[in-house]
Amino acid sequence: MAQTRQFCTFYLDKLLFGVELTGVQEVMRHLDMTQVPLAPEVVSGLINLRGQIVTAINLRKRLELAALGADAQPMNVVVRSEDGAVALLVDEIGDVVELAEDSFEPPPETLRGAVRGIILGVHKLEKQLLHVLDTEKACYLSTATEPPVN
Amino acid sequence: MSEDNIVKDFLVESYENLDRLDRELVGLEKNPEDRNALAGVFRTIHTIKGTCGFLGFNKLEKVAHVGENLLTLLRDGQLKLNPEITTALLGMVDAVRQMLSEIQSTGQDGNDEYPQLIEKLTHLASAGASAKGSAPYHKAPAKPADGGAIPAAKEPVPAAPPMEKKSEAPMSEKTPRDAKSSKKGKPGEALRKPVHGKMGGILVERGLVDAEKIAMALEQQEQGDRRKIGEILVALGFVKPEDILAAQQILESKPREAVAETIRVGVNLLDKLMTLVGELVLARNQLLQYTSTVENSGLQTISQRMNLIATELQEEVMKTRMQPIGNIWNQFPRTVRDVALGCGKEVEIEMEGKETELDKTIIEAIKDPLTHLVRNAVDHGVELPEERAKIGKPRTGRLILRAFHEGGQVNIEITDDGAGLNAQRLRQKAIERGMFTAEQAGRMSEREIFNLIFLPGFSTAAKVTNVSGRGVGMDVVKTNVEKIGGTVDVQSTLGQGTTVRVKIPLTLAIIPALVITCGGDRYAIPQVSLLELVRLETGEGRAGIELVHGAPVYRLRGRLLPLVFLNRELRLSSNGEPAAQQSDVVNIVVLQADERQFGLVVDEINDTEEIVVKPLRKQLKSIKTFAGASIMGDGKVALILDVMGLAQRASVITEARGRAAGEKAAAAGAAGGEKRSFLLFAGPDQSRMALPLDTLARLEELPASQVEKSGTHWVAQYRGEILPLINLAYALEERRQELRHKKLVEGAAEDAPIQVLVCNHQGSRVGLVVEQILDIVEDTAEVRHPASRAGVLYSAVIQGQVTELIDIPAILQAGGVDSSHPVEHAEVTQ
Repeated sequence: MAQTRQFCTFYLDKLLFGVELTGVQEVMRHLDMTQVPLAPEVVSGLINLRGQIVTAINLRKRLELAALGADAQPMNVVVRSEDGAVALLVDEIGDVVELAEDSFEPPPETLRGAVRGIILGVHKLEKQLLHVLDTEKACYLSTATEPPVN
Repeated sequence: MSEDNIVKDFLVESYENLDRLDRELVGLEKNPEDRNALAGVFRTIHTIKGTCGFLGFNKLEKVAHVGENLLTLLRDGQLKLNPEITTALLGMVDAVRQMLSEIQSTGQDGNDEYPQLIEKLTHLASAGASAKGSAPYHKAPAKPADGGAIPAAKEPVPAAPPMEKKSEAPMSEKTPRDAKSSKKGKPGEALRKPVHGKMGGILVERGLVDAEKIAMALEQQEQGDRRKIGEILVALGFVKPEDILAAQQILESKPREAVAETIRVGVNLLDKLMTLVGELVLARNQLLQYTSTVENSGLQTISQRMNLIATELQEEVMKTRMQPIGNIWNQFPRTVRDVALGCGKEVEIEMEGKETELDKTIIEAIKDPLTHLVRNAVDHGVELPEERAKIGKPRTGRLILRAFHEGGQVNIEITDDGAGLNAQRLRQKAIERGMFTAEQAGRMSEREIFNLIFLPGFSTAAKVTNVSGRGVGMDVVKTNVEKIGGTVDVQSTLGQGTTVRVKIPLTLAIIPALVITCGGDRYAIPQVSLLELVRLETGEGRAGIELVHGAPVYRLRGRLLPLVFLNRELRLSSNGEPAAQQSDVVNIVVLQADERQFGLVVDEINDTEEIVVKPLRKQLKSIKTFAGASIMGDGKVALILDVMGLAQRASVITEARGRAAGEKAAAAGAAGGEKRSFLLFAGPDQSRMALPLDTLARLEELPASQVEKSGTHWVAQYRGEILPLINLAYALEERRQELRHKKLVEGAAEDAPIQVLVCNHQGSRVGLVVEQILDIVEDTAEVRHPASRAGVLYSAVIQGQVTELIDIPAILQAGGVDSSHPVEHAEVTQ
């Protein structure tokens, strides 16, 4: 029997993504956010998570996907990063799935851009592909992303 | 395990003791006759020596031992304390401290045996002993093996000392009978085992046994009886065992009471408590917000109570973290002594407000800056004794540390009575270094010039000159103080001394802040940087904001206040248009950042609130505009603005500033300094004019009928002299020639009063006739513009309006009163 791993899955722009369950702290419905001016674009804002201030990352933007509709309320997947908890904003939460290592494959060479560093690879599921994210990289904000002063 | 605990306790206790030793030794140096202090020093060293002997730290014990020997001589009056001995003893304290830290990290007292120090101490001790020639019982450095912990083994104290020796036990001092007994055997006893001395004291006090009998028992003990004094007394049949037990209980209860009043608590526990209280405060805020929306009197009552309790709890928990500033000041006498000795100066240190309390984290944060300032004051501030004597100051310089609370902040002042800062030299230095042009530097007030010493890089150059060498590392001091939200300011009078004033907040964890709204989100502004709030209403709003080549400014009491639009700085989405143009109300939050004031334009000003500061995520920390975040009453997160960071950011955007930041600061800083009183009056065509008040003698109202003509001049009889009158309107206008023949005041009725300003000019008086006297105001008249016509010195903004300052000599000349004298501006120019 091949080794299996558990993933917390979610949808972004109809694509299925997953992060390893061990790195997930909790999943929250939509929470009020405070925007952080001057912050890198991918930072959606700050969330009060029971007295703890958590940075929310717009995962769609991070993965260079189209922005979510203005009235849609994204959900939060709160993951533990080396710099404390970070909330990843996702469209919809999926199931927790247990997958064997042998269904995994690294991303194809044709995958380019910022996304390549973040997507570790895919698990081939029956109906679709599960994109596995590198949590740490997804949470990482380059400090130089502040757009120049106009 | 228990051994570890003993060692730990020993370390904590010893560190405290050593700090006290530093203090006591320096104190002793000043007042060598203080027997109590000496006894205290002796006891401290003795305790350390005893304990480390017990714990097996032999090297430490050896060092403490030679120190103790020296102290014994001092205590017995065979040696007098002098700087050399003090230095040696302080050296010993340092060595002990060094070894203690060694013990702390390795569990061993290190490899250094400090032979030189021991040699020195021994030498001093033996020199003292032989000089007196009468220390037969004293075996100076010899016995390292006497166990220490058993003081009885050390018998340096004579049974009948040459001088009256006071017993340490206060109890025995009270009773004269006991004092009598002390002559026989008490002193040695008291020193060896004070507890037993007290036992005797208690028994005597209770009338159970007389002093005679105690003395007998003591003698027996001295002769080698190892039993306790109570046992001896019982054995001799003087007292009943019950009485001894009762006395024992009294003895034991006393120290315990003292111990029970304080307990040691780990700092991390306090930190945790603080965090929890922070959470509680947040929850409280949320609760209050919620209850205000609910109609329920029961809930209201509870939440009110909850509010009170939470507030009190917060205060109390904050108090647990409070420490008197004396804790860090206590080391300063030593610092001052060392530095002063090092540079051949004599400096006395005084402290006021030692008990002023500060949060522990802040205490730690200001320790180094303060030490630096103290060192600096001694090193660079106070002059050499000879120099001081030459200029009639006492040889010994004074350094005064003062701490006090003021408006939720702690002020710490470090004052020396030294040479002071030389503004002229600093000014020159600044010009030489190309920081300012001569003109800019000339315009700067003394205070701004002094504050140059806090600029990085300024220091080292200034060091060359001996008077103004205070800048060494002052920039670091400033940075460190500002890091904890404090400010530093320096005041100085040449030849009389310098005062450095440090203002710091009481605590960092929970701060009062002003909550504002901008672009739909709330932001908190720490109250410490807040100066005032200005609200410009309809119409006035638009008129109030002006542009200096595109940079928005507002005239705040006549001074131009640079404006920063928060939405623009934060690039919030409100069409990039400043709020002023959108609404009829402009809210300006006047802030102070680094001696520089600016107005922050925000959408809405909400309220002041106590907020709990939470740090931002590491990667967001790079945004300098925010100092952290906090959770508001409704549970939403609000960012805390970093006023310094915001100011920096703003000045980057309006390019004109940049390097000239210093100049800007100068312009802003002048507000605090040179205010002058001006007389405002209406000149021709109702134009606003002003004269410095000190150029005027009186303001008079004369009936027009009193005006007479003398030759080509108008005059009036005034207080027994003839006062030449000049109508300002004529003097200012070109056409004055033809006007000579007219009346002094055109169209005025015979009896209508005319307003006359009587000016002192070169010893004589001249009357200036003006339209109307308006007001007397204080202002800096900072924004100046060159004069547009003759007779006017310059235009300035006084009380928010452009006002012309009159050039009296020029007017007099124009009026033909003073043509013989060359024009002198001394009175009017600043």
